[in-house]
Amino acid sequence: MNNDTNRGSIRPEQFQKIDRSNYVFERIERKRLTAWQDIRYRLVSNKLAMTGFYIMCVVLLFAIFAPMISPHDHFTNDLPNANQAPSWQHLFGTDDLGRDMFERTWKGAQISLFVGFAAALIDLIIGIIYGGIMGYYGGKVDEAMNRFAEIIYAIPHLLVTILLLVVMEPSLTTIIVAMSITGWINMAWIVRGQIMQLKNQEYALASKALGAGAMRIIFRHLIPNAMGPILVTLTLTVPSAIFTEAFLSFLGLGVQSPVASWGTMINDGVKSMTLYPWRLMFPALFLSLMMFAFNVFGDGLRDAFDPKLKK
Amino acid sequence: MKKILDVKNLSVSFHVYGGEVQAIRDVSFDVKEGEAVAIVGESGSGKSVTAQTIMRLIQTPPGKIKAGEVLLDGQDLLKLSEKEMQKVRGNKIGMIFQDPMTSLNPTMTVGKQIMEGLIQHQSLSKGAAKTRAIELLKMVGIPNPETRISQYPHQFSGGMRQRVMIAIALACNPSLLIADEPTTALDVTIQAQILQLMKDLQQETKTSIILITHDLGIVADICDRVIVMYAGQIVETGTKHDIFHNPKHPYTQGLLKSLPRLDQDKNEPLVPIFGSPPDLIKPPQGCGFCARCDEAMHICETESPETTVLSDTHALRCWLQHPEAKRPASAGAKEASV
Amino acid sequence: MSKPFIEIEGLKKHFDIGNHQILKAVDDISFSIGKGETLGLVGESGCGKSTAGRTIIRLYEPTAGSIKIDGTDVTKVSKSQFKAYRSQMQMVFQDPYASLNPRMTILDIIGEALDIHGLAKSKAERKRRVEELLEIVGLNGEHASRYPHEFSGGQRQRIGITRALAVQPQFMILDEPISALDVSIQAQIINLLIDLQKKMGLTYLFVAHDLSMVKYMSDRVAVMYLGKIVELAKSEDLYANPQHPYTKALLSAIPVPDPDFEAGKERIVLKGDLPSPVNPPSGCPFRTRCPAATERCAAEAPMLRETRPGHIAACHYA
Repeated sequence: MNNDTNRGSIRPEQFQKIDRSNYVFERIERKRLTAWQDIRYRLVSNKLAMTGFYIMCVVLLFAIFAPMISPHDHFTNDLPNANQAPSWQHLFGTDDLGRDMFERTWKGAQISLFVGFAAALIDLIIGIIYGGIMGYYGGKVDEAMNRFAEIIYAIPHLLVTILLLVVMEPSLTTIIVAMSITGWINMAWIVRGQIMQLKNQEYALASKALGAGAMRIIFRHLIPNAMGPILVTLTLTVPSAIFTEAFLSFLGLGVQSPVASWGTMINDGVKSMTLYPWRLMFPALFLSLMMFAFNVFGDGLRDAFDPKLKK
Repeated sequence: MKKILDVKNLSVSFHVYGGEVQAIRDVSFDVKEGEAVAIVGESGSGKSVTAQTIMRLIQTPPGKIKAGEVLLDGQDLLKLSEKEMQKVRGNKIGMIFQDPMTSLNPTMTVGKQIMEGLIQHQSLSKGAAKTRAIELLKMVGIPNPETRISQYPHQFSGGMRQRVMIAIALACNPSLLIADEPTTALDVTIQAQILQLMKDLQQETKTSIILITHDLGIVADICDRVIVMYAGQIVETGTKHDIFHNPKHPYTQGLLKSLPRLDQDKNEPLVPIFGSPPDLIKPPQGCGFCARCDEAMHICETESPETTVLSDTHALRCWLQHPEAKRPASAGAKEASV
Repeated sequence: MSKPFIEIEGLKKHFDIGNHQILKAVDDISFSIGKGETLGLVGESGCGKSTAGRTIIRLYEPTAGSIKIDGTDVTKVSKSQFKAYRSQMQMVFQDPYASLNPRMTILDIIGEALDIHGLAKSKAERKRRVEELLEIVGLNGEHASRYPHEFSGGQRQRIGITRALAVQPQFMILDEPISALDVSIQAQIINLLIDLQKKMGLTYLFVAHDLSMVKYMSDRVAVMYLGKIVELAKSEDLYANPQHPYTKALLSAIPVPDPDFEAGKERIVLKGDLPSPVNPPSGCPFRTRCPAATERCAAEAPMLRETRPGHIAACHYA
C-alpha cells in the first residue's frame, strides 16, 4: 500500500544505489565560527555597548590627535586672555591663566586615560599571576596567599594612597603605584574563582595526564578560558582608576601644574564655577562621558561572554 | 480509542548566528487514551523540541513555531494565550524533566511544591491540598510522607527527587504525562526503580504517557508504541513489536544493530552507523538519513520521501518502500553498483 | 595470562572533606591487567570507579597502595622519572565537550602532547604528525586548524583519543568514553578502540556503567560498590553466573532493547539508595540494600574469595 500522489515525474534510474566508494565522510557543514567571533557578534548587536565603544574611540582619538593639531599649547600663560568664554578662537574657552581649555581638556584626557590603563594593566598582570597560583594550587598555598591579600585589602585604600604621597613626590608614578598596591586584589580574586572552577575541567586534567606542568596548565589552558570575566573586570577597572585619579587630584594630591588631568581641571573649575562655568563643565562632561562609556561597554562585554546572564 | 493528543504538521526553527536551525520539520503523530508512546532519537533529532513545543516551553525568540497544530482534546494549544496555557501546564499535561537536581526549587519545601499546583488548578484548600500531597508521596513510594513533606529538595536523593517530580506531575490527574529522559541522570538500579514506578502508576491511573528517550532498552520495557525521530523528522512509527522485530527504516535497523546484546559474542563486531547526524542549519534536501545510509539511492538525495503506511500501526518515510525500488530491475542495478 | 602488565595492590584514595570526615572513594582495591587485555570496571555513580582510574594515572595522589606498570612501582619513582611513565599511560575522558580546550585548535590540542614529550623537532613535523594521527582515527587531517566546537560529539571523542595516542602509550584508561555519545556513534568509537587495541597491542582499563558495552568490550570485568571491588571474573562468566547479589541486581536492571525479553524478565528492583561513602555501613557495604542480608553481613565484612574457578566475589553466601 503506497500513498504517494503526484509522483509521476519519478524516473526509474533515480532508484539506483549511490556509489559510496569515493564518498567523503565527516564533512563539516556549518561555516567557521570561533568563540571570539561569536562573542564579537553578540557585542556588535548590543547597541548600548557599541555606543560606549564609539564614545571611547572618539575620546581616545581626540586625546591623541587634538593636541597635535591645535594651534595652542597647554602650559603657556596668556594672562590678557584669561577666563574667556568658548569662542571659535578657544573652543572650550580659557582658564584663569589664559591657557586654552580645549588643548588642556585633551591633554588632561591623555593623563587620565594613561593612569586608567596603566593601573588596569598592572592589576591585570599581578592579579593573573597571584590569582592563578592561588586558584590552581588551592589548599594551604591558597589559604596563605588569601590571608595576605585580605590583610592588604583591609587597610583603607585612601590612607595608603595619602601616606604614599607624603613619602613620595606627588606625581603620575606615585598615583599609579598607590592605586596598584590595593587594586590588584580584586582581579586576583576574580581569577582565583575562575581557575578553581576550571581546573577540574577534563581538558585541564587531560593536559595534566599528558605530563604538563602547573604553569602550562594555568597559562595555556585555564587563563584563556577565564578571559571573559577577566576582560570585564578590566573594563570596569579602567574607569574606577580614572575616577580615583580625578578624586585624588581634586583633593590636590594628584599631578602637579602645569600638567593637567581631568581631576585637577575640575578642581580648578569648581573654584570659579559660578563665574566661568565652562571651566568646570568641559572636563566634568568628558569624565562622566568616559565613565558611562566604559561601564556600558563592560556590561555589554559581560553579556557577550555569558549570554545566559542577560534576561 | 479516543485521541488525547493530535500533533499535525509541526515545524519549529531556531534563529542563530549564521542562519536558521530547522529543529523539527513537519512532525505529525497522535497519542491515544491510556497509551504509552516513546519518542526515540539521538541528540539533535528534535525529540525534546517536540515535547517542549507541546508544552509551549520554547523560548521565542530564538525559537519560532513555523507551522502546525497541537490539539489536546480538540483544543489547539498553539493558539492559546500564555495565561490560558498556564492552566494547561501542570493541570492537563504533567511534565517530568531529565535532571531531578535542577527541576525542583531548592528554597521551597517539597510539600509546598506539590501543593502549589493543587491549590492553583484545582482550588483545593490548604488542608485538602496537604492531605492530597501526602497521598501522592505515598503513591510514588516515598517512605514517611508525613515528615518528608516539610523537607527541602536537598534532603532527598536523586531517585527520591525524581519520585517527587512524578508526584508533582501527577498531582492534578493530567490526561497526558510528558517524561523527557526521566532516568538519564540516574543510576541503573535507581532507574529500574523509577521505571517500575512509572509502569505501576500508568496501570493504576491510565494516564497517557509520552516518553522521550535515547535508550531503546527503556522503550522495550514500558512503551506500547514507538516514534523514531531523526534529523527533525519522524522516520518510522509502529508498535514496539513492529520496531524491534520488524524495523523497516535503515536508521532504525542501524540503531538496533549498533547496540551490543548481552548475548553477543566478542568476535562478532558491532555494526555502527557511519558519519554524524546532519547539521540542521542546512537540512538535507532529500531524506535526512541519506548521507549515512548504506542503502541510499539517487532519489534519496534530492527528494524527501513521503510516508508509506505498512499496517494500521506501522508507517515509515523511506524511498526503499517505493514500488520502483523493489522492482527486480533496480535491484539488479543495485548489485551492479556495489 | 602471562605476567601481568599492570598490577594494582591495595590502592586507596581517601579525600578529606572537612569536619573531620573522610570520604573513602577508593578503599583497598587490587587487580592486575595482562598485556593487550581489557579489564572492565563497572559500578554506579559514587562507587569510586572514576576515582580509581584517575588515581592510577596519578591525577590524584594515592593515599596508599602500589601501582606497578611492567614491574615498576610508579608511586615510588621520582617526579622527573615519572614523566617517562606518563607517556606509557594515557586517559580518554568521558565528556567530549569538556575534555577539549575550547580556545585551542585541534592542532594545538594534539600538538601539546608532542610538545611536552619533545616528540616533534620542528613545526612542520608537528603538523604532519598531528595530521597522521587524525587520519588513524578516521578524521580528515585538514581539520586540524579548526576549533573543537565545530565538531560533533563523536568526532570530538576521536580527537580525545588522538591526543592520548600521540605519546604512544601502552596502557589507556578509558573513563566512560561513550556514555556522553549518541547510540549510533557509540559503536563507531567502540570499534575504533578495539581496532587500535589490535593494531598497537594496547592494554585497556575500561571504566563504565553500561554493562552491555562493558561485556562486549572487556576480557574480564570488576564490579565496584562503595569504593570496593565486590566481584571480578571473566566477562562471559560474570554475566552467565553472577555470584554477588549486587551484580545480579545490576544485571537484571539493564533494560534490554527487546520487548519479548523485557516482558519475560523477572527484574530484581533494589530497595533504597546508595549509602554515603563517607559513612559506609558496617560489615558488608551492600547489606543495607541486599535482599539476602543476614546478621552476619552486618557484623563481618566479607573478603574477596574464589567462588568458582577464576571468579572471585566478596559475599558470605556466594
